[in-house]
Amino acid sequence: MDATSATSNVQPDEAPGESGDLRADIAKYVGGFVIAGLLTLASFWAAGTTMVWQPGVPILLAALAIGQMGVHLVFFLHVSSGPESTNNILALAFGVFVVALVVFGSIVIMANLDTNMMPIGHPMQTQR
Amino acid sequence: MSTTVTADGIPARAPKTPRSERGPAPTRIVVSYGFWLFLLSDIILFAAFFAAYAVLAKHTAGGPTGPQLFDREHVLIETACLLSSSFTCGMLGLAFERRHALFTYLFGATTFVLGAAFVALEVSELGHLIATDAGPQRSAFLSAFFALVGLHGLHVAVGLAWLLAMGAQVATIGLVPLVVQRLRCFALFWHALDIVWIGVFTIVYLGAR
Repeated sequence: MDATSATSNVQPDEAPGESGDLRADIAKYVGGFVIAGLLTLASFWAAGTTMVWQPGVPILLAALAIGQMGVHLVFFLHVSSGPESTNNILALAFGVFVVALVVFGSIVIMANLDTNMMPIGHPMQTQR
Repeated sequence: MSTTVTADGIPARAPKTPRSERGPAPTRIVVSYGFWLFLLSDIILFAAFFAAYAVLAKHTAGGPTGPQLFDREHVLIETACLLSSSFTCGMLGLAFERRHALFTYLFGATTFVLGAAFVALEVSELGHLIATDAGPQRSAFLSAFFALVGLHGLHVAVGLAWLLAMGAQVATIGLVPLVVQRLRCFALFWHALDIVWIGVFTIVYLGAR
C-alpha cells in the first residue's frame, strides 16, 4: 500500500517498467545487473579460452553481445511488449535495420574494393 | 485492491478504451519517445564509426596491432565500472520517480563516481598509447580505434556533465515534474551508452585476435 501511495502522482498510463512496486523494481534491476555481469564475464572468458573451437569464437562473442544488449534493453531501458512500447520497438527495429545496413554494407563494399582494386603483389601504400 | 484501481480511480482491468479514443499520451511517454529517437540516431552515428573500425582494423601500416596493444584486464575493470554505473543509474531512476531526494543524490553521486572512474581509466589507456608512439596518427587502425573509443568516452564525459547539471537542478529547483523528466532522459542516455560499450568491448577489445 505504501508503495502505491508514494507513486500516486504518476499518471494513470503506465510507462514501460513502472509498476509502482519498489521491491519488484529493485529486483528487476538486480536481476538485469546479475545477468549482464555474467554475460560480460562469459564474453571475456570466451575471448581467451582454448576450450572452444577457435573459428567459432567470434560467433560466440557476437551471440553473447547481442544477448547482453537484449538484457540491457529489457531490464534497464524497459523495452517491453506493452502497448506503450509499440512505437519505441518500431523505432528500435528501424534503428537496428539502419545500423546493420551501415556496418555490413561498409564491410562488404570495402572488402569487395579491396580484392578487386588492389594489384596483386603490389599492395598500394595508401591502402595500408 | 490497489492492483485493480489506478490513481485516477480508473479500473485497470476494465475493458480498455481503444487507443484512438484515449487522447494524447502523457508527457512522460511522448518526451521519452522523442529522446528514444535521438538515442537511436546517436547509435546510428556510432554504427558509422564501428563500420570504419571494422574496415580499417587490419590496416596497421606495420605498426602495433590490437592484440599487442590491448590489455583485457584493464578493459574488464572499465566494463565493470560502466555496468555498475548503469545499475546505480537504474536505482537513481527508482529514487527520483518516487521523489526521494536523499537517494537521488546518493545514487546520482555513485553513478557519477563510477562514470568518472571509467573516463579516467580510458584517458589513462589512450594517453599510454599516445606516449608509446601508438597514437591516432600511427596507422588507419589506430585512427579508427581512437575515433570510436574516443567518441564513446566523449559521450560518457558529456553524460557526467549532464549529471552534474541535474544535481544542481535538483538542489535548486527540486524534484518538480520538469526536472524529473530531464532525469528520465539522462537515465535513458546513460543506459544507451552502456549498450554501445558492449559493442565496443566485444568488437574492438575481444574481437582483436
